[in-house]
Amino acid sequence: MTEVALVIDGVDVVVNEGVTLLDACRSIAKQQPTLCYLETLAPVNVCRVCVVEVEGSRTLVPSCSRKVEGGMVVQTDSERVRHSRRVVFEMLASSVNLALVDHPTREWMESYNVDPARFGPPAAPTSDRDQRHAGHHGEVVGGAAETVHQPIKVDNSLYVRDYSRCILCYKCVEACGDDAQNTFAIAVAGRGFDARISTEFDVTLPEGACVFCGNCIGVCPTGALMFRSEHELRQADLWEEDRQSVTRTVCSFCGVGCNLELHVQDNRIVKVTSPQDHSVTEGHLCIKGRFGYEYVQELGDLASTPVDVVLRRARSDS
Amino acid sequence: MDLRFMADEPSAVERAVIARLIDPVESRNGQVVRGGHAARGHRHLLLPALAAVQSELGWVSRGALNEICRRLLVPPAEAYGVASFYALISTDPRPAEVTHVCDDIACRQVGGLDLLSQPSGGEVVTTPCLGQCDRRPAMFVQRAGGQDEVLVSGPPATVHAGPLLRRVGKVDPSSLADFRKQGGFEGLRRAQDIGAEAVVAEVKKAALKGRGGAAFPTGVKWEAVANEPAPRYLVCNADESEPGTFKDRVVMEGDPFAVIEAITIAAFATGCEKAYIYVRGEYPLATSRITAAMAASREAGLLGELEIEVFRGQGAYICGEETALFNSIEGFRGEPRQKPPFPAQAGLFGRPTVINNVETLINIPEIVLGGGDAYASVGTPDSTGTRLFCLSGDLARPGTYEIEMGRTLGDLVELAGGFAGEPKAILLGGAAGFFVSSDYLSMPLTFEDARARGVTLGSGVVMAFNHDRDMHDIVRRVARFFRDESCGQCVPCRVGTVRIEEAVARARSAPIDRPLIADLDRAMKDASICGLGHTAASVVQSAMAMGLI
Ligand SMILES: Cc1cc2nc3c(=O)[nH]c(=O)nc-3n(C[C@H](O)[C@H](O)[C@H](O)COP(=O)(O)O)c2cc1C
Ligand code: SF4
Ligand code: SF4
Ligand code: SF4
Ligand code: FES
Repeated sequence: MTEVALVIDGVDVVVNEGVTLLDACRSIAKQQPTLCYLETLAPVNVCRVCVVEVEGSRTLVPSCSRKVEGGMVVQTDSERVRHSRRVVFEMLASSVNLALVDHPTREWMESYNVDPARFGPPAAPTSDRDQRHAGHHGEVVGGAAETVHQPIKVDNSLYVRDYSRCILCYKCVEACGDDAQNTFAIAVAGRGFDARISTEFDVTLPEGACVFCGNCIGVCPTGALMFRSEHELRQADLWEEDRQSVTRTVCSFCGVGCNLELHVQDNRIVKVTSPQDHSVTEGHLCIKGRFGYEYVQELGDLASTPVDVVLRRARSDS
Repeated sequence: MDLRFMADEPSAVERAVIARLIDPVESRNGQVVRGGHAARGHRHLLLPALAAVQSELGWVSRGALNEICRRLLVPPAEAYGVASFYALISTDPRPAEVTHVCDDIACRQVGGLDLLSQPSGGEVVTTPCLGQCDRRPAMFVQRAGGQDEVLVSGPPATVHAGPLLRRVGKVDPSSLADFRKQGGFEGLRRAQDIGAEAVVAEVKKAALKGRGGAAFPTGVKWEAVANEPAPRYLVCNADESEPGTFKDRVVMEGDPFAVIEAITIAAFATGCEKAYIYVRGEYPLATSRITAAMAASREAGLLGELEIEVFRGQGAYICGEETALFNSIEGFRGEPRQKPPFPAQAGLFGRPTVINNVETLINIPEIVLGGGDAYASVGTPDSTGTRLFCLSGDLARPGTYEIEMGRTLGDLVELAGGFAGEPKAILLGGAAGFFVSSDYLSMPLTFEDARARGVTLGSGVVMAFNHDRDMHDIVRRVARFFRDESCGQCVPCRVGTVRIEEAVARARSAPIDRPLIADLDRAMKDASICGLGHTAASVVQSAMAMGLI
């Protein structure tokens, strides 16, 4: 394979042709913030927090998708790069509820001194996002910063969708579509600031094409998509991550051999994930591996804890 | 792929409308027999099918969308994502008649807003610029089961013609014979005589630069595509939605055969086997004239093997951006693609693609007939030929003015009879351009002079504002425009346009927050995917610099 030489932050780097600037940065242990990028999905380069400065380029370029070229001179920490990253994070943090965003993102935001309050206090919550028509929006007063708030969607017993936490990273759409699940139950609808993740005509998940594989939950970086069990426990103030243990095992439902990570609190499975670095699943599962864990804990038969009560409710009503 | 559709069925009318465009996927005992691959290969019929239902029924119901999805094997969620992207398509029931009243910067100054409250049979909504600023105020009427129509109130506009516009107003736009009598299709004959490579060479010699906004050398683009492997595509960008721009409409309505001839030469020179003309949805007259001109030319055997398809946009400014336009034709949301790759390498359907603006293309017959050197002798070395400017606003004679490049902005304003009232500002280049003061009247209208002064000629917009105008209201409308027209894909533009609009709104009663606007503008210019985000704050910045807000 042909090799390509470039310079990143003054360091000479040699990588294989065809890799991205992000890969090249990582090869010299220079981490970059990313939100819409995932190793297992095709890059959509929409969040723009990974932008870097390439000498000779009029604008900054997304490191997650831009392929390396011989002789490139790249800055990942120039004032220009830091400015764009800071403002982009400020835009997100002022319009989206990022309380549950992943840990690295929180650290990046701190390192860039992100100050979302500079755009004013958040505007009053809205509930009409699914009805908005492309090219039209309500009068803007200017006293407050508009947000993507919309009521949480609880329409099934397995997982909930809280799009007021959605940064529109497209990961769930990709995971549900041809990058993993091939179900295409969700897509981006609407336009501009009113763009949102939606089923056809905003029908409920059980009415639509969803097969409840939970792969969209697995890739969501913000907690917008959440296990019903986790959601209910959080509502009841019983979700305690530091008291949870994670056990790796192999799914027993079929012969594929998917690896499972069982998240256990109070001796109860509270959610199931799959390791992204596993060659069989790349983090993806099916409904059985993801949600079919009830049989191992026969809820209700044991001395009941508050967690049990919540979990039972989460799985029974929709 | 195992798609799940909705249970909803189309009405008989909906089914018939859809059946006119798409064959059903044949099934035997519930099994798809005609390969799913073939059906999926027809995804480019998605937007035309949605548009056909919209046009016949006035909205797209669940049953209709579902039927389209079943026939094209498109997931309903994706089709809904596409339908809800366009302003002219409604996924909610609407009355048969919907009037889109222009409340954009030209029309809102002259009673456009009053039209909103006038009684009408159906629903009345606002629309951004309809490309009728020379005859403002304007509205666009969508009629289910009938003809869409543009209504204007202003007096007839001026057409100041040079070589490009010489036939406009003088030729019968529906007559191929009349067009040929006035020199039409001689360029094509000449092109065929000298051969494809020679045509490209002449266009390079002419130093023609794109008139769609980016001023890229046309010959260079053509050569790149001609050197790529077939199949190749040609796209004529007639989406003209930049506020203040109407020149391409004047050309398409007044001399549609000229566009067809130019496309035929361009496709011949670059080896394209198929051409698309993407016309904005709010231009029904231009669409029907171009379609008729194409049909007549084909019937007369003038197109040879070339297939030309007229594709109607559905109300999205962003679809004028070349890669968004490709996605729109392909049946996806009109979201721009990150470049590289460039269209010359991977454009429409992933193939090498020439994309040119209408005005760029109509220069071609003249270049072929007179030679590139003669063409390049007009204008300046870096800005050759003539250029169409769209004059509107507070000027004595609004209209389309064709002048040699290199004449000054002041000359142009003079030609249009000068300012009506005390001059305050000129919007140069469009909503993605800049406000300039009278100091710029001495500026020669060339790409290089514009660049040297940090402005742009953009799509040729020259909109004048006099001292009576409420500039805060105007700037706020521009901010609203970009927020509404952002595709929403990338964060800097999706959220940045909202924050800019809010900051401008606050500036009604308080001093504008300059550092905040500057910070947003910089991040949008640096980190957005496409030109919309890059330029969305320029007008606000220039209005601040001039003290207009
Ligand atoms: C937001 C946006 C809107 C655009 N709209 C148009 C348009 O309506 N018509 C057009 O010709 N070019 C438009 N362009 C420019 C096109 O992307 C492209 O550069 C042009 O069609 C190339 O043709 P030319 O080289 O002949 O100018 C737009 C660009 C952007 C970023
Ligand atoms: S659970 Fe699976 S099928 Fe359902 S939306 Fe998520 S990824 Fe798609
Ligand atoms: S729901 Fe989550 S994964 Fe999907 S777009 Fe929003 S933030 Fe991304
Ligand atoms: S800059 Fe705006 S219009 Fe362009 S891709 Fe980004 S969101 Fe879409
Ligand atoms: S991670 Fe590169 S643009 Fe989102």
